[in-house]
Amino acid sequence: MSNDNDSNGSKNKEKLIPVQIMGRLYDVPESLTIMKAVEYAGYQYVRGCGCRGGICGACGTFYRLPGDYQLMTGLACQTVVQPGMMIMQLPYVPANRPNYDVEAFDGNGVAGANGALHESVRRLFPEVYRCVGCATCSRTCPMGIDVMDYVALIGRGELAKAADLSFSCVMCGLCAIRCPAEISQHTAAMYVRRLAGRYLTPKAEHLTRRVAEVQAGRFDGKLAQLKAMKRDELTSLYTNREREPDLSEPGQWKPKDAAWL
Amino acid sequence: MSYPPELKSLIRFVEKTRPQRVERARRGESYPALTLAERQDRLTRFHPDYRAEAKRALSVGSNKGDRLPIELADLLESHSRLDLDEVRLDRVDVDTDVLIIGAGGAGTAAALEAVQAGASVTVATKLRHGDANTVMAEGGIQGATAEADSPCYHYIDAMGGGHFSNAPDLVEALVKDAPVAIEWLERLGVLFDKYPDGRMKVRHGGGTSRKRLHSCGDMTGAEIMRVLRDEARNRPGIRMLEFTPALELLLDERGQCAGAVLLNLETRELYIVRAKAVILSTGGLGRLHIQGFPCTNHYGATADGLVMAYRAGIKTCFLDSTQFHPTGAIYPEQNAGLLITEKVRGLGAHLLNRSGEEFLFALEPRDVASACIIRECSEQGLGVATPAGRSGVWLDSPMIELLHGEGTVRRELGAKYLQFQRFGIDISREPMLVYPTLHYQNGGLVIGVNGETSIPGLLAAGEVSGGVHGKNRLMGNSLLDIVVFGRRAGLAAAAYAREAGAPKALSLDHVRSFERELTEAGISDGKVGPMLLPNYAPEHIRARRVAMHVP
Ligand SMILES: Cc1cc2nc3c(=O)[nH]c(=O)nc-3n(C[C@H](O)[C@H](O)[C@H](O)COP(=O)(O)OP(=O)(O)OC[C@H]3O[C@@H](n4cnc5c(N)ncnc54)[C@H](O)[C@@H]3O)c2cc1C
Ligand code: FES
Repeated sequence: MSNDNDSNGSKNKEKLIPVQIMGRLYDVPESLTIMKAVEYAGYQYVRGCGCRGGICGACGTFYRLPGDYQLMTGLACQTVVQPGMMIMQLPYVPANRPNYDVEAFDGNGVAGANGALHESVRRLFPEVYRCVGCATCSRTCPMGIDVMDYVALIGRGELAKAADLSFSCVMCGLCAIRCPAEISQHTAAMYVRRLAGRYLTPKAEHLTRRVAEVQAGRFDGKLAQLKAMKRDELTSLYTNREREPDLSEPGQWKPKDAAWL
Repeated sequence: MSYPPELKSLIRFVEKTRPQRVERARRGESYPALTLAERQDRLTRFHPDYRAEAKRALSVGSNKGDRLPIELADLLESHSRLDLDEVRLDRVDVDTDVLIIGAGGAGTAAALEAVQAGASVTVATKLRHGDANTVMAEGGIQGATAEADSPCYHYIDAMGGGHFSNAPDLVEALVKDAPVAIEWLERLGVLFDKYPDGRMKVRHGGGTSRKRLHSCGDMTGAEIMRVLRDEARNRPGIRMLEFTPALELLLDERGQCAGAVLLNLETRELYIVRAKAVILSTGGLGRLHIQGFPCTNHYGATADGLVMAYRAGIKTCFLDSTQFHPTGAIYPEQNAGLLITEKVRGLGAHLLNRSGEEFLFALEPRDVASACIIRECSEQGLGVATPAGRSGVWLDSPMIELLHGEGTVRRELGAKYLQFQRFGIDISREPMLVYPTLHYQNGGLVIGVNGETSIPGLLAAGEVSGGVHGKNRLMGNSLLDIVVFGRRAGLAAAAYAREAGAPKALSLDHVRSFERELTEAGISDGKVGPMLLPNYAPEHIRARRVAMHVP
């Protein structure tokens, strides 16, 4: 994430290479990402730049290399420029996304709900069934997700697996732009992940219990006591506090000091 | 690309000490933590916050006299972008109950609660909905949900981490609401890392006494953000204006906050929004590149909310302390500044100097760990140099495979694995090179437990606010902060909007009087704010732009 302001690198000495940004030729240092090359050329981003760290999906980009017929894709903030690269970044991705109510089903956190859930996916995203199996989406995905595979899993109603497989999606929408069957894979997967989180994963019981304790005011008195404590007293509590071992068994460790439990 | 031969040969030192280090870690032994006195020594001598020449005193406003980082002080004392004689406030474009400025995690959580409480909600955000620091959070969210933990231990840890400077009421709200907030996210469908029976997987973060960090792979913030955004899109009562940052707050005849002036970044139109309550949730300041440090923040982290609120007279706190994350990548050069989540150390990876030796307990609080790394690379002279001239220390990620089994790195740190694999480095086999990077705005606007500020009708939540974390935030308490205080602010704003009547006359008089103060203080350098977008055009480009009036 360095740039001209914050780099102590050796940009001046660096070799420049030609790239075409939307058809205009610029010479840019060869080690830059597309995003930094575009800025080096003098552009100031409004669209097409969010996290600058490969996770927000704002910077989906198409490019071709000289002598190669293939249309390549990448995230501008993660892809290094190459000589002769022809670059076009996507400012926006129109996607199909119906509204829905994820609270609409019974059986919070129980796996048996899958049938009704699958039915709702079919209703909301019927285009998922138009998949022609060309795998362009999987080849397009800058996160290396097997998009076609999760689309097939959604089709078959294996929603938990589809959620898992699509988990690292940054929702750049490049798959949806390329899909010949006009599916908006990333929005369908978003719905499926939410269903999986809410209905296909068991609820954390310790969490439910703790919420009930908090709401019953179980910690109010002790927190008030801590808040009223003099700084030395709190400091000594802090310095002498027991540390749970890193490799303790989940939910099993018993602290010696239970004064503040 | 992978590592060049000179770095590869240094990696051998790391590999040599690794077996013994792993053995010790298995026995539960770790490098001794510093005493409070030693911590203080490292901080004063090596932490960037303690460099007096990097700060200056403010000469105007409610924090007059406070010494802040120069880059921030300059912005807080900048001039309005508006031509105050030309702006027409009688033409109102949007009328709404609640206006939320900034659609990251805090703003979106607020929007969901406000709309649920029956308010009409308008959200103005600078980039796309969710292009925010929230989406970048990797490591996790704290909450005392396990049996051996309680909000009290969470309280003690947060206060100690903040060097006991935190506002106790805010910390109490934070730790008490934490389980409730996490359950809310679970109900919305956030895919937390769980065991097959539904138990949350929890880990240590820097400065925690209990394993309390809940995660969603290494994309915790991205998962939370996309779920909140998705839910907001389902709510017709939330109107989202993207690429429409706020330039100034508006007050009314009663001195209450009554809306904002927005800018359509593409058409350059101004919109006047009249609101019964306003929530500022514009996030942090990483893109000010304080002291020239690289940063981990998103493109829009330019302190806009601080600038607008300061002009309206809101007091700030703890802005003299900025959080440097101890582990920013320094190699390959394309990844420089990129955050390496604390989870890597939470999973057991050690920090090592040039000789492959540990020099600190890897999970010291962030400011202390940063100071120790800077010391190792300066005073101790044991840093590792990169070909581009940076200096840093090793973060021994391959240890994780030995401690937790083959494949753990790819599974638990998938996004990071990919970011390095693109450059030919396999972080499950080779360590990473790291150095502190500008990460988080510890302080911010002074708020109460429901996000309220000293101006009625103006609330703030998230990274733009201060006090929750005092001088130093612990990992995982910020994602928690934005959910807890975002929700609280949303509810409070909706309630306030119900009670408060509609504002009548909108006014920018507070900006006029701030401009007068600037003139009186002799500040007329023409610098304008908020910054909105950073400018990364190189010098040679800027030099060619000068001979033209840019409207
Ligand atoms: C790389 C990284 C990793 C992190 N990891 C963790 C972690 O593991 N655990 C943890 O707890 N915390 C972590 N944090 C911190 C945490 O993610 C943030 O502090 C938190 O998400 C901030 O949320 P927010 O809603 O206050 O601000 P943001 O999420 O930044 O949202 C602010 C929004 O306001 C917009 N905005 C800015 N100016 C204007 C304006 N003038 N008008 C309108 N909109 C505007 C911004 O563009 C942005 O969309 C991490 C932060 C970073 C950068
Ligand atoms: S800018 Fe966020 S993924 Fe590239």
